[in-house]
Amino acid sequence: MNENMTTGAPHEQGSQWYDNEAGPLVRPYAMTGGRTRPGPTGVRFDLIALVTLDPAAPGADGTGLGPEHRTLVDLCHTETQSVAELAAGSDLPVGVVRVLLGDLLELGCVTVSRPVPPAQLPDERILREVIEGLRAL
Amino acid sequence: MVSEHSDTAGGDSAPLALKILVAGGFGVGKTTLVGAVSEIKPLRTEELLSEVGQLVDDTDGVDQKVTTTVAMDFGRITIRSGLSLYLFGTPGQDRFWFLWDELSQGALGAVVLADTRRLEDCFPAVDYFEHRHIPFVVAVNCFTGARSYGAPEVLRALDLDKGTPVVLCDARDRDSGKEVLIRLVEYAGRMHTARLLDSVS
Repeated sequence: MNENMTTGAPHEQGSQWYDNEAGPLVRPYAMTGGRTRPGPTGVRFDLIALVTLDPAAPGADGTGLGPEHRTLVDLCHTETQSVAELAAGSDLPVGVVRVLLGDLLELGCVTVSRPVPPAQLPDERILREVIEGLRAL
Repeated sequence: MVSEHSDTAGGDSAPLALKILVAGGFGVGKTTLVGAVSEIKPLRTEELLSEVGQLVDDTDGVDQKVTTTVAMDFGRITIRSGLSLYLFGTPGQDRFWFLWDELSQGALGAVVLADTRRLEDCFPAVDYFEHRHIPFVVAVNCFTGARSYGAPEVLRALDLDKGTPVVLCDARDRDSGKEVLIRLVEYAGRMHTARLLDSVS
């Protein structure tokens, strides 16, 4: 029986499309409702922006949350995550994660810390701490 | 309201993440270096490129609107709770330059990995960071079998700005990688202080 699977009976043909080659079954734009950038807040999340669950969050069971939103919320449950980690953990493209995070931010589910602006490197104390930390690794 | 915690004066309260880029030619060991020092297995993020990317990508005659993905490897080092260092291996191909702009925004600095057998591969990265005044160190990955050059020779060959550190390293070795990062953070600190002094004088 099994060896016939590759040639397949006609009713099995449909499933042949869903292999890895075909790419994701759900297209990125479907997960974001066609949006390519986060909502009205207009925030562009840096890859190292840190996302923390808001303890006072209304809860992820609210309406309007898709499965991918919930995946992100679940990932944040254990610890604060960077945008890059969320993208890797959810196996979603960064662009999609940004849009979904925009939703979560607006809903008040998460808080997002912005990274230090370019012109303003962290102070010397922090750099020294980093060096000490690296030495101690 | 969008909550922002970009003020670092608070110190320990808001979690702080710093970003270091690892750049260099294809196959020079960027991911290896990230993996050697990272406390997590290097993770991979994908960025979807739309047509904008395709325009930049000047391949003659190819005008299909395909979305391409470009992968970036990254790792993390937790210094303490609330302070972590993220390392990003930059995409090797030149056609992804525009991604570098985003990556380098707010970066503490960069490591340019070089292979003395193909030193020219790291020229674009050196140019990029010099032009944008992003502190960087050149780390010469000493591949076994490659003729070893001293740091001064590499410094001269790359025509680096005075003071740019050149470090010999083994990208597979954790301690060696740590040393490279320490040199970079020290250098970034010096550059920053110098700039501060410049702006007040």
